[in-house]
Amino acid sequence: MLEIKNLHVKLEDEDKQILKGVDLSLEAGKVHAIMGPNGSGKSTLSYVLSGKDGYEVTEGSAHLQGEDVLDMEPEERAAAGLFLAFQYPVEIPGVGNMTFLRTAVNAQRKARGEEELSAGDFLKVVREKAKTLKIDAEMLKRPVNVGFSGGEKKRNEILQMAMLEPKMCILDETDSGLDVDAMKLVSEGVNALRDAGRTFLVITHYQRLLDHIKPDVVHIMANGRIVKTGGPELALEVEQNGYADILAEEVA
Amino acid sequence: MSLDVEVKDGVDQETVDAVKELSGTYKYGWNTDIEMEYAPKGVNTDIVKLISEKNEEPEWMTEWRLQAFERWEKMTEPEWAMVSYPKIDFQDQYYYARPKSMVEKPKSLDEVDPKLLATYEKLGIPLKEQALLAGVEAPEEERKVAVDAVFDSVSVGTTFKDELAKAGVIFCSISEAIREHPELVKKYLGSVVPVSDNYYATLNSAVFSDGSFVYVPPGVRCPMELSTYFRINAENTGQFERTLIIADKGSYVSYLEGCTAPQRDTAQLHAAVVEIVIEEDAEVKYSTVQNWYPGDEDGKGGIYNFVTKRADCRGDRAKVMWTQVETGSAVTWKYPSCILRGNDTQGEFYSIAIANNMQQADTGTKMVHLGKNTKSRIVSKGISAGKAQNTYRGLVSMHPKAKNSRNYTQCDSLLIGDKCGAHTVPYIEVKNNSSRVEHEATTSKVDDEQLFYCRQRGMDEEEAVALVVNGFCKEVLQALPMEFAMEAQALVAISLEGSVG
Ligand SMILES: Nc1ncnc2c1ncn2[C@@H]1O[C@H](COP(=O)(O)OP(=O)(O)OP(=O)(O)O)[C@@H](O)[C@H]1O
Ligand SMILES: [Mg+2]
Repeated sequence: MLEIKNLHVKLEDEDKQILKGVDLSLEAGKVHAIMGPNGSGKSTLSYVLSGKDGYEVTEGSAHLQGEDVLDMEPEERAAAGLFLAFQYPVEIPGVGNMTFLRTAVNAQRKARGEEELSAGDFLKVVREKAKTLKIDAEMLKRPVNVGFSGGEKKRNEILQMAMLEPKMCILDETDSGLDVDAMKLVSEGVNALRDAGRTFLVITHYQRLLDHIKPDVVHIMANGRIVKTGGPELALEVEQNGYADILAEEVA
Repeated sequence: MSLDVEVKDGVDQETVDAVKELSGTYKYGWNTDIEMEYAPKGVNTDIVKLISEKNEEPEWMTEWRLQAFERWEKMTEPEWAMVSYPKIDFQDQYYYARPKSMVEKPKSLDEVDPKLLATYEKLGIPLKEQALLAGVEAPEEERKVAVDAVFDSVSVGTTFKDELAKAGVIFCSISEAIREHPELVKKYLGSVVPVSDNYYATLNSAVFSDGSFVYVPPGVRCPMELSTYFRINAENTGQFERTLIIADKGSYVSYLEGCTAPQRDTAQLHAAVVEIVIEEDAEVKYSTVQNWYPGDEDGKGGIYNFVTKRADCRGDRAKVMWTQVETGSAVTWKYPSCILRGNDTQGEFYSIAIANNMQQADTGTKMVHLGKNTKSRIVSKGISAGKAQNTYRGLVSMHPKAKNSRNYTQCDSLLIGDKCGAHTVPYIEVKNNSSRVEHEATTSKVDDEQLFYCRQRGMDEEEAVALVVNGFCKEVLQALPMEFAMEAQALVAISLEGSVG
């Protein structure tokens, strides 16, 4: 699904290298998790893949279903099926959540040459999906993320993902700020979307989330590189011992 | 303070559809090929008399105009606004242009020149007496909008006149009102904007050729929205229209105004006067979507929009609400004002002013509090893009007798790019110690994080900007009647095309 090879990224305005040769191969239908110390480059990787300004790729490549994503505009990547659930979802004052969703859904449909959803059909689908995430009608009317609690923002990201049905979903610390119940809701939302044609890249600091969303593969990122890859047991190891051992191994 | 604004749900639902439908740059830049009759170029007493004669006016009206002209000749053009443009040669343009087919006045809409009817049809304002269906799904809630269509110097037709007359409402062109209802015109014309008010208003008083007239009798709630659609078509011609609205005791009317003009290389002048008289317990809502041709990216052509609009809340508890969406014109100089003369009167002003490319806008309002317990509210949203300059200029004045009065002003500016400018010039005078004035102002830039968020969800850059800007303007868009709100949102998007990237 997503092939990342030797990806090197520096800041555009500064001489600061952040990603120093990331290799990742994410197959269709799998859930990959990335863990790693603060500042190791996890969010940067998600931003570069989704096309945010301010970063410069100095080496390497990323292909989504064979297509060079680094060459596309952010909205083209979105239409190609790449979705990022933001670590810090953005507030857009005055724009209704529902309007935002509908605009996004129809923009992608249009880009793919599909028929737009009518107001009625759209409403039906949103209401249904919102309900399973316990997002009430009032929240759908409110401006995008404005005044939402941390947990509400994260649930809103998952609602957007459910509406857009992307193929490649990157979740950046979607579990942070969630209470126990919300964590369950969000995980259920994600699990409901798991299927053979969809891939997840879940960035997290905690095993807790991975209890609910069972990963197939776990990667450890440190200092701009993937330093270790393993099965679900790797996450448990981190939970118990921290990163010290893994980093020491790498240096050695 | 609690001035209630009606909030409508889902006003912005259709934004994006409408935007797509209206894609392309200035949509109304085409012109109608039609035989015209012109008065000779320039302005002098003969031209003033000629305009009066063309309108078959009584002598008192001709006199009124001539006096205005005499004053105007002694006045000088104001220069205090934050706008700059080449000096206007007032003698090098036409002051009167009417389609030849309008020389014999059509007796009904059926007799109006098909070319003119087609023009309004193409502008999306069919001159037919039909219910307006756009955007309103439930058929029981059919809304009718009566239209007075002004083409260059003349009104070509007014719809729903008979139906309105049954309710006692007079809605016709001002030229007809001068002939048919002289007692009303004599009593109110110039009573809100005096002949000597300012340079452009005085010129307008001398040479106005047509416009709309509304009288709503005591206790009548006007059964439909009224509107005037102004179209400038002729080249090198100025449009000088005059609107007079009288809401008698306890009446209510909502009035809409739209305007467009063809795309031309030379600038054209539009100098209108709107006077509104509001008696005791009456209420008027006046909404404008101004979409005159703005000129090209290099600032060539476009309309100079120098307009005087004022409402006089004469009776106690009278209310007025101005809502404007100013997206067009090369230069805008416009300050719709409220004279809060009666006790417990209310004035509200909601404005979106967009300036892109080389456009210049200097707009705002004046709230003059004269009566006791008067309230006013100003919400201004200025958006600048390209190399445009956008100025909010507002006056809030509390007179000694305006005890216990309140004003709240909120003035937000949004910048797109770094070559444009936004300026806020508030003037505040408080001459009694029981009144309160609050002023809040913000300036922000379109946030890259917001744009990236939208684009990550699949919107292209222009769509993202349109969405964010529409969100920024939300409070004002909500103040517009439904049909206008949709059009206005689409316009916001279009007028910002090419502002990013
Ligand atoms: N725009 C930027 N300007 C300056 N430094 C940046 C920028 N973007 C990223 N960095 C730096 O790059 C490094 C990686 O940041 P990144 O946000 O990718 O880390 P992370 O792994 O997501 O951390 P966390 O677990 O805390 O979310 C950090 O040192 C960060 O300060
Ligand atoms: Mg991060």
